[in-house]
Amino acid sequence: MVLGVLVVWPIAFTVFRSLYNRSGDAFIGLGNYRTMFRAGSTRTAIRNNVVWVVFAPSIVTALGLIYAVLTERVRWSTAFRFVVFMPMAISLLAAGVIFRLAYEGDPGRGLANALARAAVDVVHRPGPYPGARPADDAVLGPDNGGFVSKVDFSPRQPALVGLVGLRPALVPKSATAATVSGDGVVWFDFSASGGERGRLDPGEKGLPGVRVEAIVDGRAVAGATTRQDGSFAFDHPPSSPYRLRLSPSTFRSGFGGVGWLAPSLVTPSIIAAYVWIWAGFAMMVIAAGLATIPRELLEAARVDGANEWQVFRRVTVPLLSPVLIVVLVTLVINVLKIFDLILVVPPGSVQDDANVVAVEMWNASFGGGRDQGLGSALAVLLFLLVLPAMVFQLRRMRSS
Amino acid sequence: MRRLVRLVASAPVHLFLVAVGLLWLLPGVGLLVASLRSAPDNARNGWWNALRHPHELTWSGYSHLLHTPRMVHAFWNTVLITVPAALMVLAIGALAGYALAWIPFRGRDWVFLVAVALLVVPLQVALIPVAELYGRLGLYGRIPGVVFFHVAFGLPFATFLLRNYFAEIPGELLEAARMDGAGELSIFLRVVLPLSIPALASLLIFQFVWVWNDLLVGLVFASPEAAPLTVAIREQTRQFGSNIDVIAPGAFVSMVVPLVVFFAFQRYFVQGLLAGSVK
Repeated sequence: MVLGVLVVWPIAFTVFRSLYNRSGDAFIGLGNYRTMFRAGSTRTAIRNNVVWVVFAPSIVTALGLIYAVLTERVRWSTAFRFVVFMPMAISLLAAGVIFRLAYEGDPGRGLANALARAAVDVVHRPGPYPGARPADDAVLGPDNGGFVSKVDFSPRQPALVGLVGLRPALVPKSATAATVSGDGVVWFDFSASGGERGRLDPGEKGLPGVRVEAIVDGRAVAGATTRQDGSFAFDHPPSSPYRLRLSPSTFRSGFGGVGWLAPSLVTPSIIAAYVWIWAGFAMMVIAAGLATIPRELLEAARVDGANEWQVFRRVTVPLLSPVLIVVLVTLVINVLKIFDLILVVPPGSVQDDANVVAVEMWNASFGGGRDQGLGSALAVLLFLLVLPAMVFQLRRMRSS
Repeated sequence: MRRLVRLVASAPVHLFLVAVGLLWLLPGVGLLVASLRSAPDNARNGWWNALRHPHELTWSGYSHLLHTPRMVHAFWNTVLITVPAALMVLAIGALAGYALAWIPFRGRDWVFLVAVALLVVPLQVALIPVAELYGRLGLYGRIPGVVFFHVAFGLPFATFLLRNYFAEIPGELLEAARMDGAGELSIFLRVVLPLSIPALASLLIFQFVWVWNDLLVGLVFASPEAAPLTVAIREQTRQFGSNIDVIAPGAFVSMVVPLVVFFAFQRYFVQGLLAGSVK
């Protein structure tokens, strides 16, 4: 009896309370529900909850399955499982702090962007002189991130290319005073003592490492890279007048960092944090299920000539499907109630974009809204969202 | 030779798992290292720079934390909430589990069914009713109120888990004890409990970690005076950039206790958490 009251009472009370106003003294029918669905914040919350339910449980289960299957054949599987399960021990709040740190926007400070930068820089090496531009716009014009000359250069006369708009710190220490030699020179057309733009003044430094190309009839016929004094000599000196191109690779700026916590990315970023926490759980449950699969079945499939992928796809996964469904449903229930991470990971200005129903409920009734009627309506909404998965879970527990 | 071939064939799997393992470790290591750096260092660049300049590392964040009365107080609040909540759930859950498993009374199955049903009621649904109830009883904002809420929400799971475990104990053992003249209480204490150490340990550890890590219940039911560590840290995260030197060590301290429990009682810990995941 007492227990029965314990189940029914909070639900009944909450449903009842949701029909009353802020202070609980006036009946307003479905008014709170109307307010709730009209509020943009609730709509964002529901949309985010949908994103969470669609992606988080499936990603966690898939990773858990992969880890469980792979660790089965590895001697040090205990150590691996230990490491991946560890985040389950810590609070979601601490995990939130960890990921708030990791998602720092500046690649010099946030781990996620530092790793991303390391990966991006391998494919797209940043150039030595990002932001530099020609001193004389009449001579060189922009070209796909690089520059190309508007006039022809003669093969026998050295080309003079002055660049400005460069942070002096970017000029390498090894650079020496610019000298005119070979087929031309690229130099930093700026010196502390002044000097005239477009003219090679004494004390101005050459820019080493600039990639230049000679273009004849729209085709690159020769290339060169500038030396310490900025001078360059073509590998196949052109015999006719040519246009000079400064390669875009010289001016490409480095990876500036992804805005992990920007409004459009914040939910996927928090989902990644959630995956980090829960993959260990899925892995453990699935590994336990895997241990109950009779080895002979797998062996029989291998003897019949199935490769590892086919064994996995046709034997392991179907036999595991009850376990996978349990993991999935457990995670769906858990994800619908997600709260702590949303409160901690996004900065204040992005909080609204990351909103979910559980947070909205807390906000409305305790956090700042102080409207327990609206809060109750949101609690009822949350309850209804969780209900189908709950019923499934109850059925399973009753049958076991 | 064949072993060598197998080793080469499985190399990608090993490499993949090592990479994943590192990926899983890195964020946590990041927090640990960040908590050992000064605020200006953390503001200037990422924690990994400290690996090249180990002399940068300092305990100042932790000593600063020790001299922040709010945080120290919050730590003790967490202890005062967690220990009683875990022990009470264990004691009451064990008694209820025993009654449901071995003492026949009318409506027993119904009580068990209700306990199972309670398992799946989301915590959020109970927040507002209990808050109003506490307001009337004068429990709102105080530590006992937080403890009671945790106990109420821990009991269904405890009862469910222990009843199922107790029910597996062979009836002959209990009969034999009864023949020797033992009463219900001594059967419970001398026969059932000693045989159920693994389940009791898993439950205790799960409950301890669950309450220790809780944020929502503390946020709703604890006044600033009674706030646990998680709530105090969450207060700090509102100015994340400026006081990382409090947040990082604070978060790490809050992690250390469950992690120590995890290291010490791995098996029970995993079992408890897997069983408790239905919550």
